[in-house]
Amino acid sequence: MNWDWSAVGDFLPYFWKGLLVTLQVLALGSLISFSLGLVWALLCRVPTRWVQWPVGVVTEFVRNTPLLVQLFFLFYVLPEWGLAFSAPATGVVAIGLHYSTYTMQVYRAGIEAVPAGQWEAATALNLPRGRTWRAVILPQALRRVVPALGNYVLSMLKDTPLLMAITVLEMLGQARLFSQERFQFTEPLTVIGVAFVVVSYLASLLLRTLERRLVR
Amino acid sequence: MSVETQTSNRPTGTAPAAEPLVRLEQVTKRFGEHTVLDRLDFAVEAGRHVTLIGPSGSGKTTILRMLMTLTRPDEGTITVAGQRLFPAPEKQVREARKNIGMVFQQFNLFPNMTVLRNLTEAPVTVLGLSRDEAEERARELLELVGLSDKCDVRPPRLSGGQQQRVAIARALAMRPKVLLLDEVTSALDPELVAGVLDLLRDIARSTDITMLCVTHEMNFARDISDQVLMFDAGRIVEAGPPEQIFGDPEQARTREFLSAVR
Ligand SMILES: Nc1ncnc2c1ncn2[C@@H]1O[C@H](COP(=O)(O)OP(=O)(O)OP(=O)(O)O)[C@@H](O)[C@H]1O
Ligand SMILES: [Mg+2]
Repeated sequence: MNWDWSAVGDFLPYFWKGLLVTLQVLALGSLISFSLGLVWALLCRVPTRWVQWPVGVVTEFVRNTPLLVQLFFLFYVLPEWGLAFSAPATGVVAIGLHYSTYTMQVYRAGIEAVPAGQWEAATALNLPRGRTWRAVILPQALRRVVPALGNYVLSMLKDTPLLMAITVLEMLGQARLFSQERFQFTEPLTVIGVAFVVVSYLASLLLRTLERRLVR
Repeated sequence: MSVETQTSNRPTGTAPAAEPLVRLEQVTKRFGEHTVLDRLDFAVEAGRHVTLIGPSGSGKTTILRMLMTLTRPDEGTITVAGQRLFPAPEKQVREARKNIGMVFQQFNLFPNMTVLRNLTEAPVTVLGLSRDEAEERARELLELVGLSDKCDVRPPRLSGGQQQRVAIARALAMRPKVLLLDEVTSALDPELVAGVLDLLRDIARSTDITMLCVTHEMNFARDISDQVLMFDAGRIVEAGPPEQIFGDPEQARTREFLSAVR
């Protein structure tokens, strides 16, 4: 098999489109998973079983079923119930939801790692519960979770090709499209392979900068 | 056993006894099977400085934590400044708790806030002071504890002794009637202890704040207390002015304890 540089050149227009989609999915998926995960984690602290229990069941279920199954479910089953979204929107929601069940555990650990003495000092100062969360507990907890959240961003990046299964043309989708038209596989797959490495390197640099600014 | 601290050295022939500021009645606390406090009664009159001494595990911390509402008794009642603290609905607890402040062994400053913010957070959000008022008060208190230059520093950058001074200032910023102090120098390096104790002596002398103090520093206890309570196994074994407890204790258990800690 010979390496064909002109195939690389021809693939680039496809590649840029795919890269843009991958980055969008990654950014929005991270945003959803970061915020939804925090919501789950906080709901788990609501001191009644009627909240804790359903949240526990739902998140456990989502965490322990494959993302691919969830993608199919959201893409093919929800429209039957009259809830139809575009493929990229469905993909972003699915991946964000799936990863929120992981980030939730990160947040929970971060919250539990705040020493009991901080809660006690807040009580001694008579701070209301909401204020204690916002001003004392969460700032300390969030600072601790940045590295772990970062790892999930990188792992989410590697899951983005699953979105191809619901017709989203991210990097792998574009590579496949190109291959089907040109019967050339090596060049597009190599290009996107390198792109995954580069994106994940840049993302980790970005995360580490963020981490240094927060963890001080 | 009932110990009314105000009776022991009240000046003779005064008006009827005022309602004590802090009152525990028949308070029982269990952890599982283990009864830590057994139908404890005691009361502290406003302005008094009471020291709790006794061997490890005798329930001293538990009493302070119940007063701060960090743990709940199993039985009995606790009243502070005429307001029921236990048993009481949450709203009333919040109101009664405004009378109480606590300084912890491990300082428990908020590491994510500057020193100044540690002192203004609760006065602004709980007492409704304006930020300017709160900061003015905070600066005065930092001057009192000798840390005026540390306003903008975050607590982890301070020495243990400095952190504990900030913690004392933070508690005072809420203007509590009662200040609870649980072994506030035991986490400190030996050379930093004296400074913190001097500060507390100063506060005891110059304010009318009521103090409940758990300490292993017997000289300090002797200096600042009006009343010393000797605890053992969740009961008050002996109570009296410091001259009596440290000079001429009546109970063998007290003598034994004091000779062990000296
Ligand atoms: N959260 C808890 N769970 C179970 N037992 C506890 C708890 N807190 C305290 N105890 C028990 O209650 C008893 C009294 O504890 P407390 O901390 O009040 O003693 P203390 O007089 O402050 O002792 P020390 O001088 O060591 O600080 C001890 O036997 C302790 O083991
Ligand atoms: Mg103790």
